Amino acid sequence: MYDESNYKIEAKAYSASDTSVSPAEEPEQELYHSKSWWTTYVFSQDAKYIGIQYICAATAIALVGLILSVLMRVQLAYPELNVLDPTTYYQSLTMHGMIMVIFFLTALFLGGFGNLLIPLMIGARDMVFPYVNMMSFWVFVLSLLVLMASYLVPGGPTGAGWTLYPPQSITSGTPGNLWGLILMLVSVVLFIVGFTMGGLNYVITVLQSRTRGMTLMRMPLSVWGIFVATIIALLAFPALFVGGLMLLLDAVLGTSFYMPAIIATSNLGKDLSTGGGSPILFQHLFWFFGHPEVYIVALPAFGIVSDLFSVHARKNIFGYRMMVWSIIAIAVLSFIVWAHHMYVAGMTPWFGFFFASTTLMIAIPTGIKMYNWLLTLWRGNIRFTVPMLFALGFFITFLNGGLTGMFMGNVGTDIALSDTYFVVAHFHFTIGIAPVLVVFGAIYHWFPLMTGRMLNEGLGKLHFWITFIGAYMIYFPMHYQGLQGVPRRYFEMYDSVHATSSGLNEFITIITIVVAVAQLLFFYNVINSALSGKKAKRNPWNANSLEWQTPEMPPKHGNWGREQPRVYRWAYDYGVPGADKDYIPQNLSSKDIGKANVEKT
Amino acid sequence: MSRAIDKLPKGWGGLTSDFGSDQKTFKGMSWGKSMMWIFLLSDTFIFSCFLISYMTGRASTTASWPDSSVVFGLEVFGTSVPLLLIAIMTFILISSSGTMAIAVKYGYEKNRKLCAIFLLLTALCGAAFVGMQAFEWTKLIVVEGLRPWSNPMGAAQFGSFFFMITGFHGTHVTVGVIFLLIMARKTWRGDFDTGRRGYFTTMKSDYVAIEIMGLYWHFVDLVWVFIFAFFYLW
Repeated sequence: MYDESNYKIEAKAYSASDTSVSPAEEPEQELYHSKSWWTTYVFSQDAKYIGIQYICAATAIALVGLILSVLMRVQLAYPELNVLDPTTYYQSLTMHGMIMVIFFLTALFLGGFGNLLIPLMIGARDMVFPYVNMMSFWVFVLSLLVLMASYLVPGGPTGAGWTLYPPQSITSGTPGNLWGLILMLVSVVLFIVGFTMGGLNYVITVLQSRTRGMTLMRMPLSVWGIFVATIIALLAFPALFVGGLMLLLDAVLGTSFYMPAIIATSNLGKDLSTGGGSPILFQHLFWFFGHPEVYIVALPAFGIVSDLFSVHARKNIFGYRMMVWSIIAIAVLSFIVWAHHMYVAGMTPWFGFFFASTTLMIAIPTGIKMYNWLLTLWRGNIRFTVPMLFALGFFITFLNGGLTGMFMGNVGTDIALSDTYFVVAHFHFTIGIAPVLVVFGAIYHWFPLMTGRMLNEGLGKLHFWITFIGAYMIYFPMHYQGLQGVPRRYFEMYDSVHATSSGLNEFITIITIVVAVAQLLFFYNVINSALSGKKAKRNPWNANSLEWQTPEMPPKHGNWGREQPRVYRWAYDYGVPGADKDYIPQNLSSKDIGKANVEKT
Repeated sequence: MSRAIDKLPKGWGGLTSDFGSDQKTFKGMSWGKSMMWIFLLSDTFIFSCFLISYMTGRASTTASWPDSSVVFGLEVFGTSVPLLLIAIMTFILISSSGTMAIAVKYGYEKNRKLCAIFLLLTALCGAAFVGMQAFEWTKLIVVEGLRPWSNPMGAAQFGSFFFMITGFHGTHVTVGVIFLLIMARKTWRGDFDTGRRGYFTTMKSDYVAIEIMGLYWHFVDLVWVFIFAFFYLW
């Protein structure tokens, strides 16, 4: 019985002295105990397993996206092979974009690492609503099945581009303009429903289920990134939901939310009964979701990379509070920049002025983060482990993508560069390559936590160098192509001097195939190491955060054995003067740390 | 008032000390209740997007917008009374917020029978609302010839937005009615006193669940006020 009068709390603000922690405010969470094989391994209600399930499902769908991108690259470099025709090219392009942005990265960072890390890092036994959490994953699986089913319906998947702009996504001539579009929208709506169930769990677990002593300002930045990204997602996905629902009604019922009169009267002589709608409305709704979506993917990556830097450079994160506040500032700003995706759609110059200003303002908190990472590494005891390599790769790649973002954010330069390969290079650097490098780094880092075994370091390094250098060789020339004016979304470059005769297209495509095949190294490494890798010792990276302090490794159901941990400090006490070891885990009290000269955190 | 929670600092100081504390940010609030608040925040964004789209669509369409007092009029004894049906519907839905609040009160007093009765009353009001909405839809479709894709009285978007938004709200009410009935049954059976476990979640529940239900129900009513204002009064 939940009774507010039994609620135990000291009537004072929590003091940051590390000699004591507040008494427990509530009895411990009652855990769900599975009784059968099905509820243990399939419909699992343990957040760790759900996280791993999410990671596996999202990776599986990412393979589809990867294969599609290889097909598109082959088509662009070697059109004479005819691997794709215009229809399948546009379908591949659409599916690749939607899969990678939503079904892969969003699901993997929030569903995957959110479930795996949040309860463990804040000292909880599980998410607050394990049943809802389990449902979230299976609705996600359902949305994947619906998405893939669009290959089986008449007309195939939609080829409208991942932005699905009406009226062209509905009108005839676009591949999959009926069933493909319907399944895509249904799949997205299902994803939103599933995500909302999971997202409420992540937010409430962070806000209401931390262990004793775990204040918000002692949480590892990974949790901060995932937490804030989840809040953004809960507020941004509604716009996609509404926009998608209206598009669905336009496609199925023949309403005209988005169908303008000009299409109705000039549709190649065909009579359309629709008209009077506003196609720009969809763009507003889509990008009100679409821009925050960038940060839904980027903020967890920021958070995770901060932890990777700190652990593998054996140094406290520089400017922890500013890191937290810049995450929050980015989240707030991300909601007032959306129309920078619509400069070419036409708007009053005052709007362009406003949205360009807000967009460039994001460079301030992002710049704070970049400098803080740099200063974290400065004079650190850097260990070039695989996670550290991937984190460094992220740093360079995101810096590069952020600098080209300056060109995209300004109205004048954006209009010149719009719809060229410069844009493709820019957004693949920022929300393609950079987060994926973090995903790899995070998997190498937390693999022992998931399986109890280490990944093979040598194979990991080989995988990193091929992926990182390969990604640069793929996307860096695209900037050049874009500046030359090569348009994106073209099925074939025909006789364009800049696109074909220089050999760049062929070069990019060959590297793409090499990088794609090199991912097999990663999968071999994961499977081989999970089965017969080196057994990990407890806390293999000598990290401070709570997920490595569990009694067993990998942690059992309920995470903490008999008693939940108590937290006395932040997660970044590395290399403290006077300490016996170079790290002080969060759950060590001042009695246990000897003469270490720690600051209050 | 000797509860520990009442001794917490108040005002801005209280806000910062709550957010600076460990364990719980919203002190004394159950997980379910805080989850419902966050969910409603997300749902607010959905309805806001709907209503803003409606305003945009209404502003950008070239055809004329029908006169709401004529479209939504009801003929009583030969005279057309504007907004009669919708006034009754709104009255019933707002009243159901009152019965819901009473149910929450009886829930916290552990008066399970009266709590269940008022939950049932609330569900009844909700069902009456949905029923009258079905009547209104039928009249608009059959008598006035309004369709989601066409409108003999002017802009086609009128029908599109009307059916979509009131339909989405009606779905919320229907879901609410279903859950009210489930909660009424659980309350009447005494699940919250005996600690009987949920069928799906296998977890115990308690009378906080009534208040969580109430939060949702009040939200659905509040949203209706906005839909009412934007569709029927504008």
